[in-house]
Amino acid sequence: MNNISQAIPFLGSRNPKAALITLVVLVLTAPLFAGLFGNTWVRILDFALLYILLAIGLNLVVGFAGLLDLGYIAFYAVGAYTWAFLASPHFGLHLPFYVVLPVGAAFAALAGIALGFPTLRLRGDYLAIVTLGFGEIIRIFMNNLTHPVNITNGPQGIDQIDGMTIPLVGLELNRGLQVTDDFKISSLFLYYYVFLAFVVLAVILVKRLQVSRIGRAWAAIRDDELAAKAIGINTRNLKLLAFAMGATFGGVAGGLFGAFQGFVSPESFTLMESIAILTMIVFGGMGNLAGVIVGALALSFLPEVLRHIALPIQQALFGKVYLDPEVLRMLLLSLAMILMMLMKPAGLIPAQSRYSRADLLGDKEARHDQAA
Amino acid sequence: MIKLLEARGIGKRFGGLRALTEVSLTINKGEVYGLIGPNGAGKTTFFNVLTGAYTPEDGEFVFNGSELPLGKPDRIVNRGIARTFQNIRLFREMTALENVMAGHFIRTKTGLLGVLLQTRHTREEEKLTTERAYELLKYVGIERHARTLSRNLSYGDQRRLEIARALATEPRLLALDEPAAGMNATETSQLRTLIETIRSDGTTVLLIEHDVKLVMGLCDRVAVLDFGKKIAEDVPAEVQRNPAVIEAYLGGAHHAAH
Repeated sequence: MNNISQAIPFLGSRNPKAALITLVVLVLTAPLFAGLFGNTWVRILDFALLYILLAIGLNLVVGFAGLLDLGYIAFYAVGAYTWAFLASPHFGLHLPFYVVLPVGAAFAALAGIALGFPTLRLRGDYLAIVTLGFGEIIRIFMNNLTHPVNITNGPQGIDQIDGMTIPLVGLELNRGLQVTDDFKISSLFLYYYVFLAFVVLAVILVKRLQVSRIGRAWAAIRDDELAAKAIGINTRNLKLLAFAMGATFGGVAGGLFGAFQGFVSPESFTLMESIAILTMIVFGGMGNLAGVIVGALALSFLPEVLRHIALPIQQALFGKVYLDPEVLRMLLLSLAMILMMLMKPAGLIPAQSRYSRADLLGDKEARHDQAA
Repeated sequence: MIKLLEARGIGKRFGGLRALTEVSLTINKGEVYGLIGPNGAGKTTFFNVLTGAYTPEDGEFVFNGSELPLGKPDRIVNRGIARTFQNIRLFREMTALENVMAGHFIRTKTGLLGVLLQTRHTREEEKLTTERAYELLKYVGIERHARTLSRNLSYGDQRRLEIARALATEPRLLALDEPAAGMNATETSQLRTLIETIRSDGTTVLLIEHDVKLVMGLCDRVAVLDFGKKIAEDVPAEVQRNPAVIEAYLGGAHHAAH
């Protein structure tokens, strides 16, 4: 209940159940509200969910295990390109999503281990530099794997990627759902709910990991690696597991991105994207799931809102656009970070009292302690 | 007397410095064994070699009947040797309870799939780990701080918590590196009671300590290191009378005074 009371603080502290219901209703109806302002906003909402998925995955590596990763977007790229290879005219393959997504996740996990092995002894800044390089290497590979066999199609990217098709009901997400003759649910809405399902699944899995022996071992490595070794934790295996798990989430998000976008190219996977995701989790509260989600939501939404306001304002005031939206986005992220570091260095929702052990134990006294 | 740990000719060098030379000693089951010596004598190095933080160049350890893997901390803990640190090393951002639960890692089996699927076995093991951690906190007397972040605990409680975390690995040999350092008289006497309880519950204790009173009162046998060599190994009363030990501690000046 802890996270929910944090998500809606005013209601949550008094009535967690009502807060939960409010939250569910809000999340389920969000695209309808967004739709009122045009499909662009539904699309932004869809992307926000992908960012949440990415932030949850990166938080696993950085927030839980304390391994600073500046190349996280590489796993997103691996997932997206895997989808593009296996479900597009590029190689003439059109495999269904329940094959493509696991394969993409597995490739991403392998990439995670490939990154983990050479960096096992590195921490902090040094690890960040190597991971940064790794992210760039993957992107440059995507750019150049065109000779002697054209694998990635270089900077042009791969297009006409298959969308997602839900089996059994045969629902093609890209086509939308024709309910009656003149009422059609657009594909943007359908993707929203599919992404939402993945986010919910991710939250459940990550919460389970966090309060498990594996999560504790990660936290131990993060807090003091030497002490972690001294209580018998095999730090090598657990670090690799953290990299692989984090990468898996990135790979799944990447696959969904490929299907949703219908087009992948290396320029979607730049260092700036890695930094943006890292900013989200630092902004929201590293190590705290609710914080990370709020951070991802806020920082994927705010720039878009401002972009849609800033462009018309600039047009109206000066008659032309001085600040490019992309520049504005980085400017905003930087500003958000600076303000955050000054005012709340631990993030919007800091990672305190992460584990609610009281529920597990049924320990009344402890529960009382926590409330006090 | 049953031998629990036998160190045979342990040698460790750091560059040109011989931190340990031919150190051999035997710890019997059920005793409190003291390791003392002046600063820089190699006590902590011996600890680090024993627990796998360092790999020795020479020698071997025989523990509970078979050779100990060298330089493999997790496997050594698995064999039943747990340690604490001279400068406390807790998991600062975890509560006291979580620290001890983390210590139970090596004695639990749940894998990734079990965690993700939350199988019944996982939940049972988790519940057991929690209960066991509570018991251990009670055992060292800090159960009322179970939910406090370890970095917010008082110094003495942090020392106790570190011992509880080490005990959570279910060791046969508990190696304590200066547990009384920085403690006041009350805390030291409580620590002494705790170590005696641990011994009487069947865990052998290896103790590095500067507090001579504590060592002499608590230990069954004591080894003295000086410049990386063992210069004495005996019951406390004998060690106290040993001229080589007196010389190591007080230097040549002691003799000159006579």
